[in-house]
Amino acid sequence: MSDYLVQFNNISKFFGKVIALKDVTMKLKKGEIMCLLGDNGAGKSTLIKTLAGVHRPDEGEIIVEGKKTIFDSPKDALDMGIATVYQDLALVSLMSVTRNFFMGREPMKGPPFFKTFDIEKANKIAAERMGQIGIDVRDPSQAVGTMSGGERQCLAISRAIYFGAKVLVLDEPTSALGVHQASVVLKYIVKAASQGLAVILITHNVHHAYPVGNSFTVLNRGKSLGTYEKKDISREKLLSMMAGGEELNKLEVELREMNRSSAN
Amino acid sequence: MSTKSKSIETKTDFNQDERLKKVSKLRLLLNRPELGALGGAILVFIFFGIVAGDTGMFSAYGVLNFLDVSANLGIIAIAAAMLMIGGEFDLSIGSMIGFAGICIAIPAIYWGWPLWMSIIFAFSMAVLVGYFNGILVVRTGLPSFIVTLAMLFILRGATLAITRLITGRTQVPGLRVLIEDDPLAWIFATDTFKWVFTWLGSMNLIALRTDGTPLATGIPPSVIWFIALAIITTWILMKTRYGNWIFASGGDKNGANNVGVPVGRVKISLFIGTAVAATIFATIQVLDAGSADTMRGTLKELEAIAAAVVGGCLLTGGYGSAIGAAFGALIFGTVSMGIFYTDVDTDWFKVFLGAMMLIAVIFNNYIRRKVTESK
Repeated sequence: MSDYLVQFNNISKFFGKVIALKDVTMKLKKGEIMCLLGDNGAGKSTLIKTLAGVHRPDEGEIIVEGKKTIFDSPKDALDMGIATVYQDLALVSLMSVTRNFFMGREPMKGPPFFKTFDIEKANKIAAERMGQIGIDVRDPSQAVGTMSGGERQCLAISRAIYFGAKVLVLDEPTSALGVHQASVVLKYIVKAASQGLAVILITHNVHHAYPVGNSFTVLNRGKSLGTYEKKDISREKLLSMMAGGEELNKLEVELREMNRSSAN
Repeated sequence: MSTKSKSIETKTDFNQDERLKKVSKLRLLLNRPELGALGGAILVFIFFGIVAGDTGMFSAYGVLNFLDVSANLGIIAIAAAMLMIGGEFDLSIGSMIGFAGICIAIPAIYWGWPLWMSIIFAFSMAVLVGYFNGILVVRTGLPSFIVTLAMLFILRGATLAITRLITGRTQVPGLRVLIEDDPLAWIFATDTFKWVFTWLGSMNLIALRTDGTPLATGIPPSVIWFIALAIITTWILMKTRYGNWIFASGGDKNGANNVGVPVGRVKISLFIGTAVAATIFATIQVLDAGSADTMRGTLKELEAIAAAVVGGCLLTGGYGSAIGAAFGALIFGTVSMGIFYTDVDTDWFKVFLGAMMLIAVIFNNYIRRKVTESK
């Protein structure tokens, strides 16, 4: 019996001749936040879609709660408790908080054939859930469009948790947010993990990932550069491991050279 | 003493978010999409009350007259509004009205079908046309504007061609005699609450004909259909799961799909809805006139969309209300009839219609910004 909630072992994905992912391995325990770091083109999107059940891996195995599984569709992944929150969040800005929260999974009441959308119950749950994460929806019938970017992100995450997620896959949850908003979202992610969820946080922002992550997997050109516990790696090391780090060092040297030559 | 009162104050502060501005009932009402149309309808009634109050426009006969016109438009406007909330257009409504009329008249007059069977046939054709529109839009991803514009021409052309082929003319009269004793036709052809009008007549409260029967004989079927549809569709939008799916499909197709809303099925059902509403419109009119005309319903699709827009529907979908479209239709119907009671030349009606729509679009646009703006 393994104590991992979910394991992705040696996942590979090919598109024709292109090797999009090669031998990527990730293991998560309950309550763990793993940050998946990588620059643009590192294969993050392919990996997310594989985790979410959109792509089927060509090699490797997925083990959920000790059982080997195959995801044939996003619904399969969702049924196993792996919920992916994409960047577009799947929220409709003209609709109310409540209607968004329960979109596609509305609570019903009443006798068969005359079932109605139980909007009172839905309002109550939505307000309660948002309240738990410190977002005071002043009125759950207000449009999502009136919420800030961070609040929307939290709403999407909170919705995934309410509908039974055990593993949360978050695609760049902080990329479009300001410093304050990002910290609100990160705080919520930590809180979710502390309640026993496993979180895979996909980002290219080391500064957002480092404070919240328990472990870090760096992806470069479709390959994993390894997974590190937080105690084994520094923020600077992580930065330079992402392709950008090396590049930036080179750029710094070059600029210094240029400055020196122009000063002469 | 002072400390006590202070602690009570802090307590209430906790319960009440300090950022929450007191929202008045009026403010809440302002956020409803149908507000503009409701206000417009009230203004229209005040206007005609002043200008034409003593002309008979507001006699029982006059009221039923403009209600009948409003109700006919309202039946298709409500369906158009539902479809617009779902994010699509149907420009083939007007042509469907003509087509449905012929689907009733030709089998009944030329093929000897009983009237009820012809009516069922017309509704079946409507479901087919709506399904075809819907599946075409959903499967190809083409704008519904183009797909249904094509259907506008196809249906109108087919109506004309088929009618001329079978009958040699463009009108099919002679239906009136078939209405009596038909088990189905009465649903579309009976004035209701006649006793109320008879009673009002006997009390000399409403105008009478020379033979003593009241001038206004009863509530026309269109009004009953209109009110019933307005109530049912509003209930669907506000209170059912399908209603939530309609908003979601129109608001963000991909988002809705991602959380498991069957967007395609929702849209197809809404296209069937507009075609069926056009057929209800056609059935009522054909049975009332006793004849079908191939040109019936021309340009009605645009009036229906105009009424839906005045009623608060956004052209981009995801927002609007059925009851708003009903008010929009009431405005147009009242003005189109009321204008006869004033000294204004009726040619100006179209100017009014256009101006009204323009104001509504500007107003709606403002509302949308209000609703979606970040704080």
